[in-house]
Amino acid sequence: MGSTLRIVNGRVYDPANDVDGKTRDICIKDGKIVKSVPPKTKCIDAKGMVVMPGGVDIHCHIAGAKANIARKLQPDDHRRDVHHRLDLKKVNTRSGTGGTVPSTFTTGYRYATMGYTTAMEAAVPPLLARHTLDEFDDTPVIDKGFYILMGNNVLLYQMLQEGRHEEIRNAVAWWLNATKSYTTKLVNPGGDEPWKGHRNATITQLNDKIDGYEQLTPRKIITSMVNTVEDLGLPHPVHIHCNNLGHSGNYKTTLETMKATGGRRIHITHIQFHSYGGKPNENPTSKAPQIAEYINNNPNITADVGQVMFGRSTSMTADAPLAWMLTRYSNDKRWVNADTECESGCGIIPFAYQEQVYTHALQWAIGLELFLLSKDPWRMVLSTDHPNGGTFTSYPRLIRTLMDREFRKQQMDSVNQKAVAKIKRGHHMEREYTLQEIAIVTRAGPARILGLKNKGHLGPGADADITIYDEHEDKELMFSAPRYVLKSGHLIIDNHEFRNNHEGKILHVAPGYDEGIKDVIRPFVEDFYTIKFDNYAVSDHYIPRHEVVPTAKQ
Amino acid sequence: MGAATEAKSEANIKTVENATCTFCGCLCDDMVLTVDMDAKKITKAKNACVLGKALFLSHEEEDRPFALIDGKPATLKEGVEEAAQILANARFPMFYGMSDTTCEAQRQNVALVDMVGGTIDSTTSVCHGPTGMALQGVGESTATLGEIKNRADLVIYWGGNPAESLPRHFARYAVTAKGMYTPNRKKDRTIVNVDVRRTKSVPVADIFIQVKIGADFELLWALRALVKGRHVDPNIEKRTGVSLETMKDLVERMKNCRYGVLFFGMGLSMTRGRHFNSAAILSLASDLNEYTHFIATPMRGHGNVTGADIVVSWQTGYPFGVNFSRGYPKFNPGEFTATDMFARGDADAGLILASDPGSNFTQAAIDHMKKIPMIVLDPKLTHTAKLARVAFTTSHYGINTGGTAYRSDGVPIELRPCLDSKYPSDEEVIRAIYKRVEQLLKTRKKTKGTNNKRRKAA
Repeated sequence: MGSTLRIVNGRVYDPANDVDGKTRDICIKDGKIVKSVPPKTKCIDAKGMVVMPGGVDIHCHIAGAKANIARKLQPDDHRRDVHHRLDLKKVNTRSGTGGTVPSTFTTGYRYATMGYTTAMEAAVPPLLARHTLDEFDDTPVIDKGFYILMGNNVLLYQMLQEGRHEEIRNAVAWWLNATKSYTTKLVNPGGDEPWKGHRNATITQLNDKIDGYEQLTPRKIITSMVNTVEDLGLPHPVHIHCNNLGHSGNYKTTLETMKATGGRRIHITHIQFHSYGGKPNENPTSKAPQIAEYINNNPNITADVGQVMFGRSTSMTADAPLAWMLTRYSNDKRWVNADTECESGCGIIPFAYQEQVYTHALQWAIGLELFLLSKDPWRMVLSTDHPNGGTFTSYPRLIRTLMDREFRKQQMDSVNQKAVAKIKRGHHMEREYTLQEIAIVTRAGPARILGLKNKGHLGPGADADITIYDEHEDKELMFSAPRYVLKSGHLIIDNHEFRNNHEGKILHVAPGYDEGIKDVIRPFVEDFYTIKFDNYAVSDHYIPRHEVVPTAKQ
Repeated sequence: MGAATEAKSEANIKTVENATCTFCGCLCDDMVLTVDMDAKKITKAKNACVLGKALFLSHEEEDRPFALIDGKPATLKEGVEEAAQILANARFPMFYGMSDTTCEAQRQNVALVDMVGGTIDSTTSVCHGPTGMALQGVGESTATLGEIKNRADLVIYWGGNPAESLPRHFARYAVTAKGMYTPNRKKDRTIVNVDVRRTKSVPVADIFIQVKIGADFELLWALRALVKGRHVDPNIEKRTGVSLETMKDLVERMKNCRYGVLFFGMGLSMTRGRHFNSAAILSLASDLNEYTHFIATPMRGHGNVTGADIVVSWQTGYPFGVNFSRGYPKFNPGEFTATDMFARGDADAGLILASDPGSNFTQAAIDHMKKIPMIVLDPKLTHTAKLARVAFTTSHYGINTGGTAYRSDGVPIELRPCLDSKYPSDEEVIRAIYKRVEQLLKTRKKTKGTNNKRRKAA
């Protein structure tokens, strides 16, 4: 690869820089986008094509202990979807398997061949961070980072119970450094203690007392972490998987959670799963209009949708009580539970969303409602909670569903009609996403929410992660097969063919903290974990290629 | 390695704290090693058990050639060339072992087998491979060992003898360990042992249940029935050697504990019933979650056998017994597991990494290994190394080489080596072979399947 390149004649969609389909040249030097390059630079002629920044996945489950158990669990899922290695004489790639939880190499290649160049693994117990980084090292092409699970951390519980807020801030900063992670994630905050310690119970109200901690409630955990992350100035706010995921009537919990933050920034993830009306243990109804309205009116809130796509999925989550609940509705007998000491739970079950099942069709429709009712695409971005709602390889189909009213109507007509009847009718159902809006919900928006200043746009200084699509009526076809994909300036996909391998980097934060906090964490780890404190923190060997994304204070 | 953990004194004695012992699946990471750097010996291994002491204190770097080709000393480069030629020309090479090396070496090994289109298997297939297959059938409810230490009030050992094979299992994790909700250690727990004989692990148990040889599955299935409130014929005692009353008592204890755990060993996975036994015990634990929190987890032997499962899974989607001859991974235990491949005479070359199948595979498998060109990487001159075409001497992981190992519960630990070695690591040798094979394959004119020369030779 030469170090300079120019993309000419393409119609550029770069919403972060207010470029909406204009023909512009894009210049690349040393892996970055620059203002200009010498006139004789090698060119890609993108005439008749659409140029966008590389896709950014804000929430997926692609690497680490939980993903790997899900792989081991499902040979049936891999054998029907294999990934060949390419001809060694052309390019040295690795083989692998796909399905809902692809092997690491396949994950990297498939994101790249779809035009995505950054992905964030959304749930990692800090103790197992090394495992995620090991897998990331074998996940080619894309840049990636991960969020650490902090909503059921027993040491933080003890600190919060005693109101040691200063120590909490230092401890969270230490943990982010020790694991090389990107932000903190709360999953069903407070739910693990009853799950592990009280015969598989869970917690359902934000003001419920947590087992064994008189002063603690999910609300306190949420507000404490929101404040902590804001104080640390992390580029991405707390990433919250609310309590009561999947339960009928949970929209109240979701609204309460959003209100609890008092105007501070939070990101509510896979919000579709948290937008249900109805009574517990009865069929859900849609409360998407209420949720969408609240988000439209409150600029401190961002969300990703967590769209359900019909077909096979794997439900894998740190929300162990949820997976246990889902075993009642799954026609697959397999269930995995995996507790991580002092930090997290985990549940995995193979699942399938079916058009004719009322709840599944409603979940699908609620996701679409959220997209169509959202007034600010920068704050309601695309995800399927891969592989929970559907796999990341279904994004092109989802994009077509958003862009193509007729296609959407056809699908609406073919799914469970009782479910469709529950959806609010109105002008919004006619909405068609524009290419610019798609560029926002799949790249510019996630990058901005993540605080990744070099991603999701094509202005000077940005990483040269670029996708070039043939313009096509069928948007599913268009978005599933870009003609060119560049990662850090390297031409990975050239004229639809995979030409170059590339190793992406780890994106992580390194907020400052008071070294004295180690003396607080050390005795706890020595007493209640099973590895030595000095063996806990991940060394730099695990991040050979990385970028520290600065906090607001750095 | 952290500078804070190393301190030198005048006598050239070094202390390495928080080192990890790779002898067994416990992967204890609290070793304090005293190293005489001049003598290149570990003189003390504080906190090590009897097995760990044997590993560390007997460690000695033998003065052997870097490689042997047909038993004759060779340089590393010659060894790499010979190994690369074997692999580049093999049609159905079998890769095996991996349980006593780092994940970094395992990862390179899978890369190599992927490139040559061979078959890969780990020692898992002769220990808890059936448990991996059971997982694929029924799932599992599991936990890291710290959660068990902190919470478990009922601990059941079944078909395993940790007192002898995982000596610190009781003290660090499950019996006398002090945890958050088990401050009084053993007093806060009920320990049950189920086995066909009175092993050395039995004395620590509050309850010992002796099951007839070959009747584990029946006992487990009867327990499942009782948990679900089904009728069980009292004649079950004749088959299992365990009375219905004993079973009912155990079931009550299981349903009424707060956090129960079933640790099981090769007494289940490698006896009559194999993956059915493992599936039965995993299912029993899952069933019990209707009543309380319950875990089942295998006890693994080799230091990094769990890492082998984990690495092969993330790279291929399958844990062991994986074939690449069609250019993508296929999984089929029995077809692609090493002992079967060798015994049937399928493999036309072999690469054995950090394992000694020559000492424990069936005679038919060993006889075939003697006939084909074998490549072996090991710090010691093992039985397998003796029958190899190319035998590399490599450094010892955890002692000479750093890297990652996964504990039996999947917790990854970074190793802290304490002594240099003149020998390369497994990873370095595999990388060198990879590089050379890549060159050979890229420049080869014909594809493997149509090589007339080989056809004539056959």
